[in-house]
Amino acid sequence: MKPGVVITGISGNLGRTLTRLLHGRERIIGIDRRPFPGRPPDVEMHELDLRKKKVEDLFRRENIRAVIHMGILHDPRMSAAEHHSFNVVGTSRILEFAAKYGVKKVVVLSSANVYGPSPDNSNFITEEAPLMAASRFAGVRDLIELDMLAHAFIWRHPETRTVILRPVHIVGPHIKNAPSNYLRLRRPMSLAGFDPLVQLIHVEDAARALVEALRPEARGVYNVVGPGVIPLSALFRELGQRPLPIPHPLARPLLSRLFRYRLAHFPAEELDHIQYLCIVDGTRWEQEVGWKPRHGMRETVRSVLDEGP
Amino acid sequence: MFEPVEDVVRAGLRRWTESLAGGDLEERLRHVSRPENEYGVDPFGFSLDYTLSAVAPLLWLYRHYHRVKVTGIERVPPGRVLLVANHSGQLPMDGAMIGVAMLVEGHPPRAIRSMVERWVPSLPWVSTFMARVGQVVGTPENCRRLLSAGEAILVFPEGARGISKPFSKRYQLQPFGLGFLRLALETDTPVVPVAVVGAEEQAPAFANVRPLARALGFPAFPVTPTLLPIPLPSRYHLLFGEPMHLSGRPDDDDGVLERKAETVKAAVRALLDRGLAERRSIYF
Repeated sequence: MKPGVVITGISGNLGRTLTRLLHGRERIIGIDRRPFPGRPPDVEMHELDLRKKKVEDLFRRENIRAVIHMGILHDPRMSAAEHHSFNVVGTSRILEFAAKYGVKKVVVLSSANVYGPSPDNSNFITEEAPLMAASRFAGVRDLIELDMLAHAFIWRHPETRTVILRPVHIVGPHIKNAPSNYLRLRRPMSLAGFDPLVQLIHVEDAARALVEALRPEARGVYNVVGPGVIPLSALFRELGQRPLPIPHPLARPLLSRLFRYRLAHFPAEELDHIQYLCIVDGTRWEQEVGWKPRHGMRETVRSVLDEGP
Repeated sequence: MFEPVEDVVRAGLRRWTESLAGGDLEERLRHVSRPENEYGVDPFGFSLDYTLSAVAPLLWLYRHYHRVKVTGIERVPPGRVLLVANHSGQLPMDGAMIGVAMLVEGHPPRAIRSMVERWVPSLPWVSTFMARVGQVVGTPENCRRLLSAGEAILVFPEGARGISKPFSKRYQLQPFGLGFLRLALETDTPVVPVAVVGAEEQAPAFANVRPLARALGFPAFPVTPTLLPIPLPSRYHLLFGEPMHLSGRPDDDDGVLERKAETVKAAVRALLDRGLAERRSIYF
């Protein structure tokens, strides 16, 4: 039987987009706690928690050529303990099995959020920069820990060609992450007098990057960028929204109260993203795999409003 | 919410710029165009369109208020260059005037970059304004990147020590930081010394209230005759020196680097002395 590619978190939007790209080219083995409605019949699906024993059975039984790990949870409402256990324990299990059963390729989806927006940031952040996000926002500690686990794995297991991808904000039709949800608001809160540059990547481009990462020459940590930078105000204009500017000293206490009483979906720390820069340099990825996003800026921005396929 | 108002203001300012600068400005500015995307910003957030509006009040100050005289601007070489100037006057008008001079009198005109303090990005409006007119946070990484893209960068190695000094120390150069020198050596960038005469007298400061500055998170809190920081109409003279090509290792001992920085400081000093000797009137 053809060696398979394991995809964790396959039932999410990015996972389903990735499945469409890989379908027919690879034998796909999906793992997710959630069901995968409309899955192609030849995609093998296991509704499993990554921390369960059965995951190891899967690695033992199957001939696996690569693992794409995206089984990462971002839910600001979930308890920190559950969140941490799922993300960090789940990731370390997957890495452990990959090493134990001789998987040749591991791709871990991290995020450019690990650097974190801050007034001290250089305009472009390279892969060598320290992961500072948690100093301002404890909610991303999991993500940083996961990134660092994978980083350590690169050096501990040189026989596995491991890739860590740190894409910028992923947006697209049906995507439910914080940046996409924010851009869909009719009257989004903005911070008066702040108009930082932001970077977005279309979900299809993010999925294509994951496919590219399967190439044998890709190895190491890469920032993955979409079609360039855009000021936040230009995003609003493009989408026809009228933001509500709030003085920044008021915005934080206001949003943290709204969040606590479940009137807002964003914790106050997310405001850093609409106040400061967190722009990454994607040159390494561009040069090593010849990366070019297919979706232009206007298309990428507008995709949050699309109904999707 | 304010967008329609903003658009009207920007269009009005743009017309003001055009009337101040004369019809050939547009033509001249084709040279400064940078790779901008469909939303009109370059990767660092600079917008030529925004800058042409934003520069109007500065251009008015340049022509009619500070009545800036420029000497030797043709010495600024094309390609990457570090302009190293003395810093004074409590408000960074010296930087703005050098920027306007390079834009309207440069050969060819250039939109220079300068490195701003790290607290600027945390200021509302100021942060946006600075980014759109091409100013970036002064990290070595940013500076390196801009130099390798062939940009002209203005630095004030005296930093806050220079701009916030009291009037009694006018035209006394404060110690130079070494950051600019390391970058110049590392990237093999020519250094053009620049002297600013006239900025010291725009806001003579009797004292710097340090506790208040600390409380507000400002680099300094000067006490000036105008109370509010409004620059007085002092005449400016900007003197550009010959480009200096420094050589050596960027990671040398500080002592060695300090001696090299001294040569740049001496060049600024000499230009300052010349400007002061030539000056006939401070305000009139």
